[in-house]
Amino acid sequence: MQYMLMFKETAADFAQRDNPETAQTYWGAWNAYVGAVYQAGIVVNGAGLHPAHSATQVRLREGKRQIHDGPYADTKEHLGGYFIIEVPSLDEAIAWAARSPNAATGSTEVRLVLPPPAQ
Amino acid sequence: MSAQVQSAVEHAARHSFGRLVAWLAWKWGDVAAAEDAMADALAKALANWPASGIPQDPDAWLLTVAKRQLLQAARHHKLAVDPAVTILLEKEQPAANQIPDTRLNLMLVCAHPAIDERIHMPLMLQTVMGLEVSQIAPAMLLAPSTLMQRLVRAKAKIRDHKIRFEVPDISELPSRLQSVLEAIYAAFGLGIDAMDGADTPISGLDTEALFLIELVRQLAPDSAEATGLWALMTFNKARQSARFDALGRFVALQDQDCRLWNRAAILAADQTLWLVAQKRQLGPFQLEAAIQSAHCQRLFTGKTPWAAIAQLYETLNRHYPSVGSLVAGAVATGECGNPSAGLAQLDALDHSLRHSFQAWWVARAHLLWILDNGSGLNRTEIRLAYEKALGLTIDLRLKAHLASKLAQSNGAV
Repeated sequence: MQYMLMFKETAADFAQRDNPETAQTYWGAWNAYVGAVYQAGIVVNGAGLHPAHSATQVRLREGKRQIHDGPYADTKEHLGGYFIIEVPSLDEAIAWAARSPNAATGSTEVRLVLPPPAQ
Repeated sequence: MSAQVQSAVEHAARHSFGRLVAWLAWKWGDVAAAEDAMADALAKALANWPASGIPQDPDAWLLTVAKRQLLQAARHHKLAVDPAVTILLEKEQPAANQIPDTRLNLMLVCAHPAIDERIHMPLMLQTVMGLEVSQIAPAMLLAPSTLMQRLVRAKAKIRDHKIRFEVPDISELPSRLQSVLEAIYAAFGLGIDAMDGADTPISGLDTEALFLIELVRQLAPDSAEATGLWALMTFNKARQSARFDALGRFVALQDQDCRLWNRAAILAADQTLWLVAQKRQLGPFQLEAAIQSAHCQRLFTGKTPWAAIAQLYETLNRHYPSVGSLVAGAVATGECGNPSAGLAQLDALDHSLRHSFQAWWVARAHLLWILDNGSGLNRTEIRLAYEKALGLTIDLRLKAHLASKLAQSNGAV
């Protein structure tokens, strides 16, 4: 079964990335976690993302294109990265989600991946 | 008044739930129906007692209501109920203080070999202790819906396979009781011991588990292993206040300030363990308790008797090996002067453990550190092992502990 783990971080989490006082702890925790996930041999793919303020939102409404900089307002947690993992069941997926560093401050969403459409 | 009713119902829920469910399930052969009926009776108590007053014998009141509910539900679903059972339920109305305590029967059913091992513990917590799925699931790292499904499936199996509620005879009892004890210890672990399974503890579950083991000791006084498990849990509990420092940081066993340990509890457990050893029915829980007893000797002698501990692990792992005890045994070997042999023991374990067993990596890092002995030769390997352990840890306080170990191994350049 393939599950997507979506690592959602708070603004404070993102801020730790560049603060010299916290960066080492922040990246240390992620390196350890990402290393463990890869070494378990379950990764289908995955990536970390730049912070949400670097995002661009694109919408089409009534034929008009709307483009906005920055994250969607009113959201406290933003996607900081993701993995798609291949594990036997939801139990293992939850165990890996619980280990993610952001779980303590933000949240990690676990979703079953839809199989690709038949060719 | 209403607060009084609330507390009377809570008291009944806490102290009588398991007893009454056990008795009803025993008579009825259906755990889920017995639980539903009891839950219904508790709800009716909350609704009725404010007006009618708290009955003189609350348990008897609850039992009567629950029984009526069971029979009504059976009629409603046109269940073919054994007429003998119906008569039993309708006629038999024991005074509350004479309801036989059949909770051990219920525990034995919960830990029946026909039921998936992983569900023994939550099933027991739910049916005997009345804990909610929403409390149990997070501690087991399960989705509540998944756990709910598994519990329902297990209870259907008990009903459909007509798993017997009778206490098995003396030839079978010890092995059946062992599953009960394992489930209780697993529950205790979820409450107190974030070290091995890397799970976040749920507060109070250790106390609930201690309540259950006291109960098993009362109901099966001849079981040496039940007493062994009681001692094991008591040693662990006695050291609880030293597990975290004033700032809430995790303190490993060998670094704990043993003046914070509960001396009286340790002495009581030591004495009980010594007495039960005279029965000469050795088992894994008595051995594990002996190991914890040895750790506690530091309180009296100022030293941890590592050679004795390594010896005890050797015996434990020869007869009752488990991944946890094999890893701990390797550490003990290293602590009594032979870190290379300890590392070799770790390497000999199933390689797939490394993918998800945090304790394996903590043990490896620690053994490498002993081997290193300040030379710095193994620094990279120590760092890698701590990093791997950190990536596999869930509990926040343990994460912080490992992160500081990692920083130490980095900083010692």
